Amino acid sequence: MRSVLPVLTVLAVIVGIWYLAVAPMNVRVALDQAERAGEVIVPEGSVPRREVSVWRLMLSNSDHVGLGYALERPRLPTPAQVGQELWKTTGAMVAKGRPWSKRGLIYHGWITLQSTLWGFALGTLLGIVGAVAIVYSRTAQLSLMPWAIISQTIPIVALAPMIIVLSSQVGIEGRGVPKAIISAYLCFFPVLVGMVKGLRAPETSQLDLLRTYNASGLQSFLCLRLPASVPYLFTSLKVGIAAALVGTIVGELPTGAISGLGARILIGDQFGTPLAIWSALFAAAVLAGALVTLLDLIQRITLKRMGMAT
Amino acid sequence: MTTQNVIQAKSLDLTFQTNDGPVHALKGVSLDIAKGDFVSFIGPSGCGKTTFLRCMADLEQPTGGTITVNGTTPEEARKARAYGYVFQAAGLYPWRTIGRNISLPLEIMGYSKSEQAERVARTLELVELSGFEKKFPWQLSGGMQQRASIARALAFDADILLMDEPFGALDEIVRDHLNEQLLQLWARTEKTIAFVTHSIPEAVYLSTKIVVMSPRPGRITDVIESTLPKERPLDIRETPEFLEIAHRVRDGLRAGHAYD
Repeated sequence: MRSVLPVLTVLAVIVGIWYLAVAPMNVRVALDQAERAGEVIVPEGSVPRREVSVWRLMLSNSDHVGLGYALERPRLPTPAQVGQELWKTTGAMVAKGRPWSKRGLIYHGWITLQSTLWGFALGTLLGIVGAVAIVYSRTAQLSLMPWAIISQTIPIVALAPMIIVLSSQVGIEGRGVPKAIISAYLCFFPVLVGMVKGLRAPETSQLDLLRTYNASGLQSFLCLRLPASVPYLFTSLKVGIAAALVGTIVGELPTGAISGLGARILIGDQFGTPLAIWSALFAAAVLAGALVTLLDLIQRITLKRMGMAT
Repeated sequence: MTTQNVIQAKSLDLTFQTNDGPVHALKGVSLDIAKGDFVSFIGPSGCGKTTFLRCMADLEQPTGGTITVNGTTPEEARKARAYGYVFQAAGLYPWRTIGRNISLPLEIMGYSKSEQAERVARTLELVELSGFEKKFPWQLSGGMQQRASIARALAFDADILLMDEPFGALDEIVRDHLNEQLLQLWARTEKTIAFVTHSIPEAVYLSTKIVVMSPRPGRITDVIESTLPKERPLDIRETPEFLEIAHRVRDGLRAGHAYD
């Protein structure tokens, strides 16, 4: 409980800075709006005002700065506005009995979550299989590891459209599969690296012990390497699922998708509705937080049951 | 009574190739260990005592000479699960309870569930850890963990016990207690034990035969047959007989270091 105060302080500082930033960010739009409504603004006209810094504008029009906190299409919405928009597109939808409306974030979040989970499953599987191959075969280590590292240096934004085009070439309908592939592409790497480290965690004497029992390779994998890697696996999974979510959203951005949080961000950008962008961003953050927390919980329970709770 | 040699080494050589040139870990090592012997290997670091033990266990391959275990090659002996090996670190699996740690070799060797349970109970009793079956290793002291690792080596009833400084990391009082227990265990189970140690009193107290080794190249400099009786209370260590043997061991160790 002692950490509550510092945590709240940091949160308050962030929200405070955000609120302070809203005024300079929105002042031009606010003044344009006030001018159209018949107010006197110095200097006159939105074009001459572009030559003046936001700080000067705020000083010479201090009466109208407050308008920036209540714009319909703000450059930077206030936390309260984002909160309202989030509520309007989630809770309020449920209250109206239309939780799955395509205008709501629950629908889009669900679309993104599905791809994320498929990508996560695929990426985790690839990561674990790759790690086993690398640990047991030097050839696999020499041939797989460089490609795994190179794969992470290519910007996913550049690769995503190609994956979409290629998968439609081979006759895959819809966006689900290519999105999951993009998501898995980001997700497998932390799992691979973590599992290689985890499977190599047992000490030489522990491996020697199994040798004195004349244990088979499969037995030493199941009895020693696999359980020893579990703490490493969970750490990787937490990084991996966040990466999978980012991958899915990136997969929804440049590809003309119309549903999913990434699509909401893109559409919000194209139609000039920053509130939609911000609420989709926050929905993604909440989703990522929930997924990581869920994995953390599973980790705690698993390690406790394995007797390895720290 | 004909004594049957359980372990027989003849002019055993082992040379490690390192970047700094060859290292002669063992050179011309010959030794017979009879059934029921308790043999200690003592010597400074690098004298090859652990390497010799690992050769018996087929964890290291000699580069010359011959070694047999139970009349077969070490590899065949290992595959026949002829020995239990106790490492310096207890090396219990943290995700297994004490009971399941002890049943690890039994699971691997394919014993039935009921036999596993029976053997775990029996070996736990042998090392005086009954009642700790459901505990995890971190809940036990270092000495208890080491006892559990001895139980793990005993669980499958191998006739030979190879112990590599099993009490090296424990404090003197715990070590005394475990030495006493080990002797009782040896008397009850009639196993052949090869025991690597750094401690002269430990070697003299436990052994029927003390092998003094010396480094560069690793070799045997003296083999001392103990004249102590089989029944050994802890205070036997104050008797003149004990001190005489200890003296001879110390002399042997010093002779091995003469060139330093």
